[in-house]
Amino acid sequence: MKTGPKNNPINILLADDSPTDVMLTREALAHAKVLNTLHVVEDGVEAMAFLRGEGRHAATVRPDLILLDLNMPRKNGLEVLAEIKADEFLRTIPVVILTTSRAEADIMKAYGSHANCYITKPVDFEAFAEVVRAIEGFWFTVVTLPKG
Amino acid sequence: MKSQLQTKPIDILIAEDSPTDVMLMREALDHARVLNTLHVVEDGVEAMEFLRREGKHSAAPRPDLILLDLNMPRKNGLDVLGEIKTDENLQSIPVVILTLSRAEADILKAYKHSANCYITKPVDFDAFAEVVRSIEGFWFTVVTLPKS
Repeated sequence: MKTGPKNNPINILLADDSPTDVMLTREALAHAKVLNTLHVVEDGVEAMAFLRGEGRHAATVRPDLILLDLNMPRKNGLEVLAEIKADEFLRTIPVVILTTSRAEADIMKAYGSHANCYITKPVDFEAFAEVVRAIEGFWFTVVTLPKG
Repeated sequence: MKSQLQTKPIDILIAEDSPTDVMLMREALDHARVLNTLHVVEDGVEAMEFLRREGKHSAAPRPDLILLDLNMPRKNGLDVLGEIKTDENLQSIPVVILTLSRAEADILKAYKHSANCYITKPVDFDAFAEVVRSIEGFWFTVVTLPKS
């Protein structure tokens, strides 16, 4: 298995409105195998502004991976997903749906809109951290990502 | 991570023309955590027949995951991927590209055509088996798959 790029940290965009989940994700990734920078946005409108470098996100980087919650204020995760995957420039960025929803309709819609994978957040803190580490391990040491 | 209470084995479709690689994948998945049934097709035309239940594949199950090689006879992996991801009935099935190609053009095209992820086959046998087990571990114990 390969190690991540040594010079530049991997950039992860986390779109999640739960401060607890953001904190847990941040902690799990702080101990990750691959050096990473976590960028956090709290709703779908801000997620799209980040990805398009608009407003206060004018100087942002293109993320290597997006962790996307479904239930968010202003613009929900499925709408964000559809916008990303319909955008020629953004669609190659892998999007991991990370949500508490287990609704079959959400799962089907997400895969139908070309989510790269759908993961249900465990309620238990330890299990949640383990899932975040599993995402990091798979996407950054097993998968070959597109060049940013 | 969730524990699997399986009633029926997971169906994996492998589209791969290298008998050695098929054998290695079969062995790696024999020891997998999740009970699975492997279905092997050797080119892209047969892959589409399997997925559309045509000809000798009329009784084929809908796979839970597809492991797709790129360089195959008759119809290559990128063409198969394009057909799967534009077919209403098939597009929600996760497709993992598993190939020797490290060409940037292939990686980018695969993600553009909505590959769920792109993985480069290690040349070393043990590393290859480890990658196959990582795929199995991630997709079947971390990810929530769409109902087939």
